[in-house]
Amino acid sequence: MSKVMLDVRGLTTKYVTRFHEDVYAVDHVSLTIEEGKSLGIAGESGCGKSTLALSLMGYYFAPLHYISGDIIIDGKNISGLDPDAVRKSVLGTEIAYIPQAAMNALNPTRKILRFIEDVIRAHDPHAQAKDIAELARSRFAELGLPESVLDRYPVELSGGMKQRTVIAISTILKPKVLIADEPSSALDVTSQKMVIKMLRDLMDKGYIRSMIFITHELPLLYNVTDDIMVMYAGQIVERGSAKQMVFDPIHPYSRGLMRSIIVPEEGTREHKLTAIPGTPPNLKKPPQGCRFAERCKFAVPQCRVNALPMIEFDGNRAYRCGHSVQHLREVYRDDDQ
Amino acid sequence: MTTNETCGCALNPKTTAAGTRSPEEIAARPSCLRGKGVTKVFGMGGKQTVAVDHVDFDFHEGELVSIVGESGSGKTTLSKMLLGLLTPTDGEIYYQGQLRDISTATKKREYWHGIQAIFQDPFSSFNVFNKIDTVLLDCIRMTGGRHLPKEKKIELMTEACSFVNLKYAELTNKYPFELSGGQMQRLMIARVFLLKPKILLADEPTSMIDACSRATILDMLMHLRDETGMTIIFITHDIGLSYYISDQVYIMEHGKFVEHGTADEVILTPKAEYTRRLISDVPKIYEPWDLSTVKF
Repeated sequence: MSKVMLDVRGLTTKYVTRFHEDVYAVDHVSLTIEEGKSLGIAGESGCGKSTLALSLMGYYFAPLHYISGDIIIDGKNISGLDPDAVRKSVLGTEIAYIPQAAMNALNPTRKILRFIEDVIRAHDPHAQAKDIAELARSRFAELGLPESVLDRYPVELSGGMKQRTVIAISTILKPKVLIADEPSSALDVTSQKMVIKMLRDLMDKGYIRSMIFITHELPLLYNVTDDIMVMYAGQIVERGSAKQMVFDPIHPYSRGLMRSIIVPEEGTREHKLTAIPGTPPNLKKPPQGCRFAERCKFAVPQCRVNALPMIEFDGNRAYRCGHSVQHLREVYRDDDQ
Repeated sequence: MTTNETCGCALNPKTTAAGTRSPEEIAARPSCLRGKGVTKVFGMGGKQTVAVDHVDFDFHEGELVSIVGESGSGKTTLSKMLLGLLTPTDGEIYYQGQLRDISTATKKREYWHGIQAIFQDPFSSFNVFNKIDTVLLDCIRMTGGRHLPKEKKIELMTEACSFVNLKYAELTNKYPFELSGGQMQRLMIARVFLLKPKILLADEPTSMIDACSRATILDMLMHLRDETGMTIIFITHDIGLSYYISDQVYIMEHGKFVEHGTADEVILTPKAEYTRRLISDVPKIYEPWDLSTVKF
């Protein structure tokens, strides 16, 4: 087994609304990523994917609050550190984050090189401008970005180029874990492919040592990540390898998600897409039993009674459902007919 | 949002992705919107940009057509010209067999009775100061229902909401921003259902919502086409979506149509190099996705 790069145990975080109500957006989440591996997180809007990404950085700002759990990056526990310590010793070096609209994070009045200087000087205030420029040039050249970008303003770059520039800036300090939160969903398919190629290059060249990729585009996760984890209402409901999750989903919610895949391949037009009925539960008062029971067509009254743990099966897989794996496979077979 | 709120798609099971109509049957229908040499040039003198370059098209009644291309290929400029929001620099647009005339405000308003649009961003599609009832009542007024009794208006609004699987009783007195992105986009479709235009132009209506809601929206558009016989022009950068939903696909590159034909012809046997590239750029499930061809 390779070295564990990120180990998260029972992480729970909440939002406190302006009416002082607690919303548990990440509820006892545990995950492990080994060196050189990537993990995809899938789920519909509002299921807690992005909150999990923010929580993993250990950098909490109201209304997001840390409750419990450990975040261990390469053996170092960062949970419970104060925000200033996190900013100086964790962000950028241990863990880096690319939000969905990363391209909008660039101040339009500053040239790209100035952003790189900011990142490096936050960790090494005495870094020389000449060394920073040299590092930036060599990194940009290795990642296939034109060096001239460094002397340009953000408005002079296209959307795809801006996104790739932001990725290069956020990984300049070789973080151990990179969290990419829907980095390509605002781009067209061609720019999206460039962003994915860049992330793959970063991994292959050792500039990042593990990656968490968040998206609702399942074909993308299937092609980019080693493992996939499905989140629903703040909890993980299933995890497994990318191939297992796409071709043999066990949890009814994962199965529903996989049935919304559209690809330009023969046979796509013959299958009718099936949307999952209903909406996710209100996390101010989450249901007592299975959180998906209200929307699940295989639910039985017992599902609504007890909270369910993650159950391991087939060695590397786990799911959260009251039915057995064998029973679910049988009902899916009948359902398909 | 509440747990008992329904957002799923309870549609006619006969509505399949491929539809039931043959390409020959669609081609035999009368033309709804036709363009000849439509061109749009921005800028003047030496700094001209040709956004749409002499394109010809013919959209038939009851047809679902996709226009596919990358960002900057001219899709949105063309859609604005079709909507009458931009004036073509050159070329002619024929609406229901007649040369389109939107030279006066009255004629333009009349044209807009026949063509409506759903845009990419559902959050900016509504007036934030208007309640959902007002949005739907406006549509009833636009179609000549100003003097209908209140009960009839409520009945029409309820029918439109249930068409898109929303509950009118739960929406009344709410503002659009209280809904999720997918619900807002469905409310836009409910508007179109009330207005019953001849043509609906959907400009990337699913690019800002998640994959699960996207399935619902696509099915509703197909259902709308089958129920009302509306011509739907679906603009997207995702060739996979266009393959799933369309009768006919137009591929646009640098302001020109490089290929067009039935969805099966264009996607399964593409002739243009650009179409092949667009298809290879979409991540697949059954075929390997080749990243080695990416050029920065």
